[in-house]
Amino acid sequence: MIIHASNLRSKNMKLIIAIVKPFKLDDVRNALSDIGVLGITVTEVKGFGRQKGHTELYRGAEYVVDFLPKVKVEVAVSDEMADKAVEAITQSANTGKIGDGKIFIMNLESAVRIRTGETGSEAL
Amino acid sequence: MEGQVIELAYALDTFYFLVMGAFVMWMAAGFSMLEAGLVRGKSTVEILTKNIALYSIASIMYMVVGYNLMYPSDGTGVIPAVSFFLGGDNAAADVIASDGDIYYSGLSDFFFQVVFVATAMSIISGAVAERMKLGSFLLFAVVMTGLIYPIQGYWKWGGGFLDAAGFSDFAGSGVVHLCGAAAALAGVILLGARKGKYENGQINAIPGANMPLATLGTFILWLGWFGFNGGSELIVSNVAEANAVALIFVNTNTAAAGGVVAALLFSKILFGKFDLSMSLNGAIGGLVSITAEPLAPTPELALLIGAIGGIIVVVSIILLDRVKIDDPVGAISAHGTCGIWGLVAVPLSNADATLGAQLYGTITIFAWTFIASLIFWGILKAVMGIRITNDAEDVGADVTECGIEAYPEFKK
Repeated sequence: MIIHASNLRSKNMKLIIAIVKPFKLDDVRNALSDIGVLGITVTEVKGFGRQKGHTELYRGAEYVVDFLPKVKVEVAVSDEMADKAVEAITQSANTGKIGDGKIFIMNLESAVRIRTGETGSEAL
Repeated sequence: MEGQVIELAYALDTFYFLVMGAFVMWMAAGFSMLEAGLVRGKSTVEILTKNIALYSIASIMYMVVGYNLMYPSDGTGVIPAVSFFLGGDNAAADVIASDGDIYYSGLSDFFFQVVFVATAMSIISGAVAERMKLGSFLLFAVVMTGLIYPIQGYWKWGGGFLDAAGFSDFAGSGVVHLCGAAAALAGVILLGARKGKYENGQINAIPGANMPLATLGTFILWLGWFGFNGGSELIVSNVAEANAVALIFVNTNTAAAGGVVAALLFSKILFGKFDLSMSLNGAIGGLVSITAEPLAPTPELALLIGAIGGIIVVVSIILLDRVKIDDPVGAISAHGTCGIWGLVAVPLSNADATLGAQLYGTITIFAWTFIASLIFWGILKAVMGIRITNDAEDVGADVTECGIEAYPEFKK
């Protein structure tokens, strides 16, 4: 099976990258499943936002934790699914408090299912 | 007494002594885990290597010469006679003829003593963690366990001049814990603080890598302490002695509990948070405080002695940080400062002890160990260096001293 790169340019998909609070991961996963998302990729990450980390206390000395632990969720969906997926993540990951995270959406050029060689939204 | 009864009592006391010694041996595991938990991940393998090596060196050096120096056949009270290697054990006929005066095996006594030396040496390992050359540390262990510790041990437990002066130290707040802490203090002064610990007039926190391990280590030490203090009664085979050992167990446990609760509440008042690592030090501080006299106090007094130890250890850790004595695990405070408190607290319950004799013993043990250690650390520093390089400290002693990481697989 030969996959030509030129065939892969379908541009009808989005890659959604959401940075969320770790304890919200189960809610996000369930919300995405509920709207029919068939797979996600999750990574443990660290980072900082406007609060620039926080302070902790060890043996009486305060110290700044520069990077807070978060979970990065990556979801590839077809264009028509994208808005629903973003809404699902926004609602399920929301606590109303600082540090709830961010969602980034970008055009996804192509996708390949490794086992079968299917391409485009067929591969999602 | 009948011969069979004497033999049975001998067997029972020896068995008790050996099991108590095995409990104290297990404290080496406690120190290893406590220290591994309170250093950074990049210093884990090195501190574990150090702990198992120092235990083994202590076992060998004490067998070769240390035990004989501490319990010599002869001596002036200050300088013990020198001899090497262990002697034979008691013959059954002699034991029966002694009518109960010889009540445990000679080798069980060696075994019980040797694990105490290792404890003193373990105290040093935590204080100098993360920045000392492993080779220099192990050479120091040879001299500490073969010479420095046994000499002051002879002065008290071997029947030397401190014993004659009425100095009282039941299980070793001074002989073991203060001794270890004094050697550690001398080492830390010559070694300096970990890079980045004190910068621009600030005290920077260097959080330990693994609080569960530190907590497990503390519980293991707590368990081992029942052997440390309970075994130091040396005999269990009659009602009065069995009761004494039981009281020691209760007092030891109570003092540790008092130390934890006091340190926990005190840290909450001082810092606004319940500080786990301070509470762990509180347990050790309470245990060290009761070690000089775990038999005479009531459990209520033991609680008070331990609780004061729990406060003292927190204050001592904060003050040592102020003068830039970097002790990653709080060993100098828990074993040294609380050791001193334990020694001066003996007259509270033991009418035979005087404050004067306690201070005399405290100062003597500290001065001898500190000065002798300072000299030998100084020689090591001049000849081969005691501190790892700046770059090695950045990378971590695990890789530069031992060539391996504690958790070599890809991690988050």
